[in-house]
Amino acid sequence: MLSHLSFRKQKTIIMILFTVVPLLLLLTFAYYPAVELVRLSFTNWDGLSPDKQWIGWENYKEVFSNPEIFGVFKHNLAYFVVGIVQNLLAIYFAVLLNSKLRGKLFFRLLLFLPYILNGVAVAYLFGYVFDTTQGSLNTVLGVFGLPSETSWLGSESFVNYTLASIGLWRFMGFNMVVYLAALQSIPKDIYEAAAIDGASGWQSFVRITLPNIYQIIELNLFLTVTGALEVFDIPFVLTHGGPAGASETFVMKILETAFQFNNYGLASAMSVVLLVLVVAVLGVQRYFLNKGRG
Amino acid sequence: MVTQKNGAQIAIQTLKYISLLIAVFVILFPPYIIVVNSFKTKEEFLNNPTLSLPDNFLNFSNFIHAFKQADMGLAFGNTLIIIALTLILNIFLGSAFCYAVGRFDFRGKGLIVGLFLFATIIPQITTQVVNFKTIQGIGLTNNLLGPVLLYIGADIMQIYIYLQFIRNIPNELDESAMLEGASLFRIYRSIIFPLLAPATATIVILKTIAIYNDMFTPYLYLPRQEHVVVSTSLMRFFGVNSGDWQMVSSAIMIIMIPTAILYLFLQRYIFAGVTSGAVK
Repeated sequence: MLSHLSFRKQKTIIMILFTVVPLLLLLTFAYYPAVELVRLSFTNWDGLSPDKQWIGWENYKEVFSNPEIFGVFKHNLAYFVVGIVQNLLAIYFAVLLNSKLRGKLFFRLLLFLPYILNGVAVAYLFGYVFDTTQGSLNTVLGVFGLPSETSWLGSESFVNYTLASIGLWRFMGFNMVVYLAALQSIPKDIYEAAAIDGASGWQSFVRITLPNIYQIIELNLFLTVTGALEVFDIPFVLTHGGPAGASETFVMKILETAFQFNNYGLASAMSVVLLVLVVAVLGVQRYFLNKGRG
Repeated sequence: MVTQKNGAQIAIQTLKYISLLIAVFVILFPPYIIVVNSFKTKEEFLNNPTLSLPDNFLNFSNFIHAFKQADMGLAFGNTLIIIALTLILNIFLGSAFCYAVGRFDFRGKGLIVGLFLFATIIPQITTQVVNFKTIQGIGLTNNLLGPVLLYIGADIMQIYIYLQFIRNIPNELDESAMLEGASLFRIYRSIIFPLLAPATATIVILKTIAIYNDMFTPYLYLPRQEHVVVSTSLMRFFGVNSGDWQMVSSAIMIIMIPTAILYLFLQRYIFAGVTSGAVK
């Protein structure tokens, strides 16, 4: 089609033709909103009216001084704690599945399964598990003679841990598969050499395995922290933030502020705060892990 | 000494299996409950223990009721339309972009690739406040094309997978085709794109699962019943039938089974995609 043109000209055409649309989309749906968020965060825009009044730092003052807003991060903490446990389990099972074992592929298949299931379906699935009267968890506890009337989703003190445990069920296998891929890329002869030198299993884990999966731990940690900061769908579907707002997350607050209360200015400021937090987490993590690596 | 060591090894091996079996139990227990209860009649459900097997594993009446009441025929249709359109656009835009960026050097290339890399840090959920207004501005709320545009615009997974893959296709192929007089466009179409097939397969499967499982985008952008998709159909069905767990169980099953089957048959591509995306 273009073969009568010189390769130079063809190259120019392809460069422009093939990159312009993806680039436009990226700018429209990733960078423009990021910039626009910052601008809106200094206004009191209601999402509808044409005028956006500049109100300076008011929205940010509101975010940090109103415990109803910034205090919500308390709830996100549960997801972080459970996320760490999730990573430890993932490393443990990845190491197991990387060792000599029958049925490795079967176990990998099964442990990863929850990750590909529909999130809404998973939420209701656990709605049933955690149901107080008809729920299967309480039924099983009853069989073992344990207290079986716990209201798992109705208790303000641990509803977030209940919800976060659903996240563990869902994502542990994903973390594990990522760790496993990293483990499999470590050459086997290093372990053999260490074994000949008399290293114990634990020693080779600490001295060989961990340093070799450092970057992957870093990646998974980043995903865990940002995942905890951004958690949304399971509590939204299952508890709607209840009981009495005890399981509201920061992202739920943002969406409620924008789409229910039409306070786009405040919602934008909250989004900017979240964005800055995510970038800060990445920065801090980079700094410490690079330092730790020497 | 030897027997002692063997004894310890056997103990360790046994512990390994026990921990794996516990994990298997924890993973399979919730779906087990759903499976057994979805086949129960309301009476059975109320009178028999939650964990018991249904009287009749061929009692599909809950499924039929759920499928009709939740309008799942429409939901699956809409979901398929969104997935198909997104995939076609994603694959062509993504592979063409990666051909241009992966094969040629030009000014600003570093900047472009950098922009794509950095964008992954921006949490997509935070930009929704603005993106909602953008989609509204183009008149695509209450339109299946709205989510399509967001799925191709904001998600850049395919760029990574293609970029990684194209590096492993030897340049000599391009060069010999050029000597034979093929245009660069022809090279992309007849050599590069077909060779990218494994990457394309991975992208197709991962994207299909991601879109199928997304709740937030359709919830926000497609509120009307005529645009219902699988996730939102289940939410509405639950709203009407909450507490009727045997009914809800069957609806959950209908929604979960398609991706589970996809996973069983195409696991190779899924694992390849997850690890290549993460270990990059």
